[in-house]
Amino acid sequence: MTDPKIIECDLLVIGTGMAGSAAALFAANRGVSVVQVGIISEIIFASGLLDLMGVHPIQKQRIWDNPWAAIDTVSKDIPGHPYAKLNEKDIRNAFAETLSFFTSAGIRYSSYKNRNVRVLTPVGTIKPTYCVPHTMWAGVKALEDQQPCLIVDIHGLKGFNARQITVMVKQYWPGIHSASIAFPDTGHLSEVYPEQMARALELASNREKLAKVIRPFVKDYHVVGVPAILGLYHTQDILNDLQEKIGVPIFEIPTMPPSVTGLRIKEAFEKYLPKIGVRLFTQKRVLDVDTIDSGKRFVSKVGDDKIHFKVLAQGIILASGRFIGKGLHADRKQIHETIFDLPVYQTGDRSRWHLKDFLDSRGHPINRAGLETDHLFRPFDRSGHPAFQRLFAIGSILAHQDWIRMKCGSGLAIATAYKAVNAFIDMIDAQ
Amino acid sequence: MQTEVLIIGGGITGAGIARDLALRGVNCVLAEKLDINAGASGANHGLLHSGARYVSSDLALAKECWEEASLLKRMAPQCIDNTGGLFVAVVGDDEKYVADFPHLCAQSHIPVREVDLKDAHEMEPALSDQIIAVYQVEDAAIDPFKLSMENIFQACEFGCNMLRHTEVIGFVKDNRRIQATRMRNSLTGKTFLIEAEQIVNATGAWAGLVSGLAGIDIHILFSKGSLLVTHSRITKQVVNRLRPSSNADILVPGGTVSILGTTSIRIDAIEDIRPTVQEMDMIVGEGAKMLPVLEKTRYIRAYAGVRPLVGSSSDGNDRGVSRAFALINHEGQGLNNFVTITGGKLTTYRLMAEKTADLVCRRLNVTSPCRTIADPLPSAQAAQWTEPGLAPRLWLKHHEPEDVLICECEMVPKSTVDCIIDSIHQQNGQPDLKAIGVRSRIGKGACQGTICGIRLLAYLYHKGELNTDQGLKSLREFLRERWRGVRPLLWDMPLIQAEMQEALYCGLFGLELYNDSNE
Repeated sequence: MTDPKIIECDLLVIGTGMAGSAAALFAANRGVSVVQVGIISEIIFASGLLDLMGVHPIQKQRIWDNPWAAIDTVSKDIPGHPYAKLNEKDIRNAFAETLSFFTSAGIRYSSYKNRNVRVLTPVGTIKPTYCVPHTMWAGVKALEDQQPCLIVDIHGLKGFNARQITVMVKQYWPGIHSASIAFPDTGHLSEVYPEQMARALELASNREKLAKVIRPFVKDYHVVGVPAILGLYHTQDILNDLQEKIGVPIFEIPTMPPSVTGLRIKEAFEKYLPKIGVRLFTQKRVLDVDTIDSGKRFVSKVGDDKIHFKVLAQGIILASGRFIGKGLHADRKQIHETIFDLPVYQTGDRSRWHLKDFLDSRGHPINRAGLETDHLFRPFDRSGHPAFQRLFAIGSILAHQDWIRMKCGSGLAIATAYKAVNAFIDMIDAQ
Repeated sequence: MQTEVLIIGGGITGAGIARDLALRGVNCVLAEKLDINAGASGANHGLLHSGARYVSSDLALAKECWEEASLLKRMAPQCIDNTGGLFVAVVGDDEKYVADFPHLCAQSHIPVREVDLKDAHEMEPALSDQIIAVYQVEDAAIDPFKLSMENIFQACEFGCNMLRHTEVIGFVKDNRRIQATRMRNSLTGKTFLIEAEQIVNATGAWAGLVSGLAGIDIHILFSKGSLLVTHSRITKQVVNRLRPSSNADILVPGGTVSILGTTSIRIDAIEDIRPTVQEMDMIVGEGAKMLPVLEKTRYIRAYAGVRPLVGSSSDGNDRGVSRAFALINHEGQGLNNFVTITGGKLTTYRLMAEKTADLVCRRLNVTSPCRTIADPLPSAQAAQWTEPGLAPRLWLKHHEPEDVLICECEMVPKSTVDCIIDSIHQQNGQPDLKAIGVRSRIGKGACQGTICGIRLLAYLYHKGELNTDQGLKSLREFLRERWRGVRPLLWDMPLIQAEMQEALYCGLFGLELYNDSNE
């Protein structure tokens, strides 16, 4: 048996979610040679919305208009929160660099500088977020100004009903109404899927047909909302084309995962990260890591059920996520970190992990479990010191945050990636 | 509203009484404060006892179980999976009990057969290699939801009126009679009176609370029992631990899953009963002694019910309190048109209903005899969807091209949801997520409602079944109900599932930012 081949690089990024991909992006932009490994599965569950910081304290359900003020406050109130280790300038720069990548990959984003926005969801609730795909921006404005608005659903698209959305918001958005259409050439199908429609709309002829179906309903409405189906690759052109054909602005409403908005992000990372030099291995996992040179370099075995190759790296960024991403695993007794067996900040025994009410506004204690780190996001070993000089942990695996309830998932992912990559580069430069 | 008999409680006992009375030509109303089988009838093993479990503690009950189970296998075969059952002792179990067991069974004329250990392993490969004795009996699995629904369907066909979400809030008494019963619709808040000649209190663990409204004291012990549902079926037959009744003694197959339980924990109050983490760990640990795979298998859901026990035990152990039923006529307590039926077993529900109906009919001077002893229970199409594995079987065999799946984990299509919606309307109900969940496998698969909850909600709006913003409340209630059952089981895969659910419902929808009051 031959030894598996060895790939050398400066930095190994473990994880292909938002945090890992942002880290790979920042590192590659700075001339660092990067290998990125992970199972691309979670990212297609992404909604496309980029939360920065929305709710704090969560038990008071306080929704912040200004995300930067919210970050300031949460950093003071929860000193262990990852945001407490970051400054506003770094977070802004991290966001700007990420958005510029998305723009080059064909996904334009829109936001206010210092203000959160509110977005209509497919169940008719309103969610606070910071930055939205440009295809959703007309919806943000329409909700703000309560413009006369038509929500359209599509025969055979499960889990998306326009009437449901409109009756839910009617009391504070009286000018909203619903219509139901058949997507062109799908009359023979009992079920249609967002991805299939998005691919169809890449063709101008299909857009013409769709516009023709929607146009009679538009009447005096100022704006039209549709499920997120406006293409996968040329979304901006498709949006512009349809708006021109229909005569009013159009906006997308996120759909249930796996959604087209998540798929666009997945495709952007998979296609454009390799273009800037990231060696990306999807559908692979890091099975095991050893250190050599007294902890200064890492040898990681990569594969699936068997080892495919090894990666020799000077540093590792661990962005393996929580339970869905399999960065953390829980047995009946406690929570473990799955690759390095790093100590995990625990939140009591299993009877204390979750509250009695799923929707309890305090948030489930287990969501605060995770890795504790120093100010450079180096996870601690059992003695409370950085476990390795150049091992960093970023994103949702970090302790003392509740990204779901605080609406800070993307912000945390991007900003912690930014700081960890810069810290790694400083260390290498100092050598 | 007027009727001859008001039956309070829509569990299996109330359903059985409604059918029995309706078949005798008696006009009745069945009122349930929540929905069908909301109490212990919907939170048990689904075990049709051969009686063997009670041969050492209560010979009369053992015999009663044997006779009723044999009768039900003929009268309601569509609700029963005649699996057979094993009693299994493992190293360390009381050998005297093991030795006495076949003789006690014989005394009660309950068929029992000793099984060679090697044959037992062939029958059920999941059995531990620590087993020391195995006996085969005629236990079976029964679907309590289907059973209750089919009883109610036939009762309604014969004129019974079913009121869901209708709670008793008081009685208007005159001398030795209840003149009228004050009811409240819990959805609308509307109150109204029902004037009935006879009132049957079939509210199980709630019997004391309801009789208390009439000024009558009944002493009931509450014994909480928790159970777990496995992701896949572990054994072909029912497997009982061969020892005096204790925790986690029984594993009952139900279609494509198995149900493991129970506990017996004395509690003081019966609202908001939930299975706990400690109970789960104890049940898994004990069950694994018979079937080691239970230590590692995936669990999908847990639930807890309350056994109403009438009477008391000598040693303070509720396992020692009789599981026999109690029929109380209340004449000695000053009421002539009120009766309480409580306690008992799912297996003996028909007998309980017969005895209650006999008493009520005597008081009404109705002489027609009980028909449930000889007339088979008719199948009802809308009642069949609770069976695990049925919907996928039918779907894979054949479905109309225009039909689509609402729930992919359990393969429940739109056509099934339509059938259930129609049946709820026929019984004057309004379909919502929970009501459809109770009557089908929706929300009971691996995703525990994460995906199908949203799809079903959108579908109810599409059909015009929902027209206002009440859908959000319906969704929250559905999620809370599912959560109650998964919360103590959140490790490994189910924890990942729960994180996905929270990422979707809270992360994307922000549902936690809505309060019940501002819906």
